[in-house]
Amino acid sequence: MSRRKLTGYWLLTPGTLWLAFFFLVPTVTLVVSSLYDPEGSLTDGYVLTGRFANYADMMEFYGPTILRSLGYAFAATLACLVLGYPLAYAIAFKAGRWKNLMLVAVIAPFFTSFLVRTLSWKLLLGDHGPIVDFLQTIHLLGEDGRLLATPFAVITGLTYNFLPFMVLPLYASLEKIDLRLVEAGSDLYASPVTTFRKITLPLSMPGLVAGTLLTFIPASGDYINSELLGNPRTRMVGNEVQDLFASGSVPEAASLSVMLMALIVLLVLVYVRRAGTEELV
Amino acid sequence: MRAVRNWVAQRLVLWFGLLVLLYMFLPIFVVILMSFNDPASRRGYTFDGFTLDNWTNPCAPYQLCSSVWVSIQIGLAATLLATILGTLMAFALVRHRFRGRSSMSLLIFLPMATPEIVLGASLLALFVNAGFAGQLGFWTILVAHVMFCLSFVVVTVKARLAGMDPRLEEAATDLYATEWQTFWRVTFPMVAPGIAAAAMLSFSLSFDDFIITNLNSGQTVTFPMFVWGANQRGIPMQVNVIGTVMFLIAFAVVLGGELNNRRRARALAGVRS
Amino acid sequence: MTARDLVIDRLTKRFAGFVAVDDLSVTVPQGSFFALLGPSGCGKTTTLRMVAGLEDPTAGAIRLGDHDITHLKPYQRPVNTVFQSYALFPHLSIFENVAFGLRRQGHKDVKQAVTDMLDLVELAPYGDRKPALLSGGQQQRVALARALINKPEVLLLDEPLGALDLKLRRGMQIELKRIQTEVGLTFVHVTHDQEEAMTMADTIAVMNGGVIEQMGAPAELYENPRTTFVANFLGQSNLIAGTVRGTEGGFTQVDMHGVVVSVPVERTHTTNASGWVGIRPEKVLIAGPGEELDAPGNHLDGGVVTDVSFVGVSTQYLVRMPWGQELQVFEQNTGRRRLFNKGETVDISWRPEYAFLLDAAQDVNAGIEED
Repeated sequence: MSRRKLTGYWLLTPGTLWLAFFFLVPTVTLVVSSLYDPEGSLTDGYVLTGRFANYADMMEFYGPTILRSLGYAFAATLACLVLGYPLAYAIAFKAGRWKNLMLVAVIAPFFTSFLVRTLSWKLLLGDHGPIVDFLQTIHLLGEDGRLLATPFAVITGLTYNFLPFMVLPLYASLEKIDLRLVEAGSDLYASPVTTFRKITLPLSMPGLVAGTLLTFIPASGDYINSELLGNPRTRMVGNEVQDLFASGSVPEAASLSVMLMALIVLLVLVYVRRAGTEELV
Repeated sequence: MRAVRNWVAQRLVLWFGLLVLLYMFLPIFVVILMSFNDPASRRGYTFDGFTLDNWTNPCAPYQLCSSVWVSIQIGLAATLLATILGTLMAFALVRHRFRGRSSMSLLIFLPMATPEIVLGASLLALFVNAGFAGQLGFWTILVAHVMFCLSFVVVTVKARLAGMDPRLEEAATDLYATEWQTFWRVTFPMVAPGIAAAAMLSFSLSFDDFIITNLNSGQTVTFPMFVWGANQRGIPMQVNVIGTVMFLIAFAVVLGGELNNRRRARALAGVRS
Repeated sequence: MTARDLVIDRLTKRFAGFVAVDDLSVTVPQGSFFALLGPSGCGKTTTLRMVAGLEDPTAGAIRLGDHDITHLKPYQRPVNTVFQSYALFPHLSIFENVAFGLRRQGHKDVKQAVTDMLDLVELAPYGDRKPALLSGGQQQRVALARALINKPEVLLLDEPLGALDLKLRRGMQIELKRIQTEVGLTFVHVTHDQEEAMTMADTIAVMNGGVIEQMGAPAELYENPRTTFVANFLGQSNLIAGTVRGTEGGFTQVDMHGVVVSVPVERTHTTNASGWVGIRPEKVLIAGPGEELDAPGNHLDGGVVTDVSFVGVSTQYLVRMPWGQELQVFEQNTGRRRLFNKGETVDISWRPEYAFLLDAAQDVNAGIEED
């Protein structure tokens, strides 16, 4: 009904205000904080000196950490894709009447605390745990080999925790594909593999883009997996930001955060541009 | 031979998918298992012996139950606020006209796309700069949780609302229902499942949040923070009890919903003439 | 309640960029079955929605008798709508759907009224079911019951039979007409199906591009169309170009490519020097060269049959005339006449009282349904 012209604005106001105050303003504050003189402190206050050198400092100290974070996130995203796409495909096309149950099963692990789940991996990947034992038995892992406290463990944790974020958007996209298109493909002499490559895969791109973004972005900022399953050499950007804040180094923490965000935005823009843009919300 | 190959290929994807599902449940089994664990030492994390002690004394570890209680309180409050604000926004987006639609869309999307560390860091920066550095606690956590739950609520409710035929609301006004009556008797009942789903999502996100909470919590301890802290000192097995209980409750709710859907679908198929 | 006519007075609706309804004026007498007929996009649904209160007019007024309802909210008008998609409330039972309007008006005891109405539409045993469990035809009847039960002064129907299959549709057309006569309410029926309009309505208004081209009883519209649009939209017409030669004894003389035909003055709808001579295919008589035609009148010879279609109840011919135009001729298969074959030379004729003359400036193809 076109009559109530202003109602829309009224409905939006409370939520918009909340997001404006507690998302937009903080973001600005973060950027401003990143330009503070690091000599200040929480008790004495900070001086805004427009110190862009903060960024240079952070790059110098934590450059490798940043690269490592992005690398781990990338690896985890790839793993999620390899594991998640077949699962999403199976649910969308092969599940039949078990479809909803399988979807519930994808979301179910979420119901347990993130931290508690990740701790379980500590057990599973432990030095005398089932997986290490198994791998040692079949000689894929040396006598002294361990999985815990390695990059492998961190990436495993990341993959595990973000898998649903990959599966669900992929499923949503695959589900929408008109089966008749696939049938048309085989009618026109395409083998199942070709049909997948030329028809199903391109049509599932929106879900693929969404899934990879929803996996990569949070993964690059995560530090829980790194802390619980890794070692001091696998520290990610998140760990550093957390510690910097905890020790009161606000400008440093802020500039590191901003750098992470900027890098992510850059990568995402490049990626989305190449993959084709999508409606956001 | 070709037939066998085809049969395998057909099933391959399904079996692989099921394997992945199993992989996803593995840690859950561990959690449930460990809830019955009688640990030999505090620092190790291995299964040493079976006991029901953890279940009979869930609150034995210091601060465990109080942290759960804090998380529940924040979760309920955040869910209430986020659901109300988010539902209002969803209605505006779907049913009303306004200018700046794409900016609004972006504003709602951005929190979902920002890493938690950045979200938490910016909020902390805000609180610090506003002079609240010494007052971090329950309320700052609540503010943060509402903020990041909002977007998820909007998306969930919007999806449900957009799927609803606007003609139904027209029919209601045509049949003498005022705007208020139309909303309560037609729109709300139909969109309610979406709002319920959004509320549940909100609660899970809030209860489980660590990164943002940790940065903005001051002295307050939520359940995830308790687990994190305990990681240094030695995880009490009661943590797994809480984890298992959470899982069972949520699983029951979702399963219940699913069974209800199946029951309704069967009624539909059977009775339709 | 005093019987009030529905008056639409200079109603206009402008959307960004185009005019959907253009200065429309119509009076629907109380108790009549009125049809708004036209192709999609002609503005009929928009008009209906404005009467229901679901759209705001840009200009003009809507009145029930003397009572101006133009800017009243839908729930303030004694008008109810049967929607094209039925719009039944999926979360309420059939009983509650039908009772909805009564409850909103404050009626406490609705059981009897609802039961009676469900009996009227023959859905008595379905009261407890949800709409999803009913077939399309049943849902349509629920939608009707839900609107009728409120005894509105005007009942609006927005292409309600569109989703039904042919047999069901025919049955419902008769049913709706019966109910309307029985209940005595004013029905305003919007449709693009000209057969449906002609079957059910007392008065039809043919709409095109936001305006009413012609309004009147079905027979009048069909037999004496005033515009090429109406001539082509209702049934089919042959339209032949001609120049007016003058008037003689109550008939306009028109020269059609050398043949002079007569059109009654009351069926001449143009004052220009040229016009379209219109004649319905079923009114055209066909005979072999020189044969005695059943009715003496305008006589044209030199036609050649170019197509013969046997449709069961009739045979449809296409006859190419000497000036190149193909005319349609429908002959009822009474069995008394022989069939003509493709390539045969024939004479055609028609009684002058069936012909009409239309404005030459109008598009000869207006109103022809695109296939």
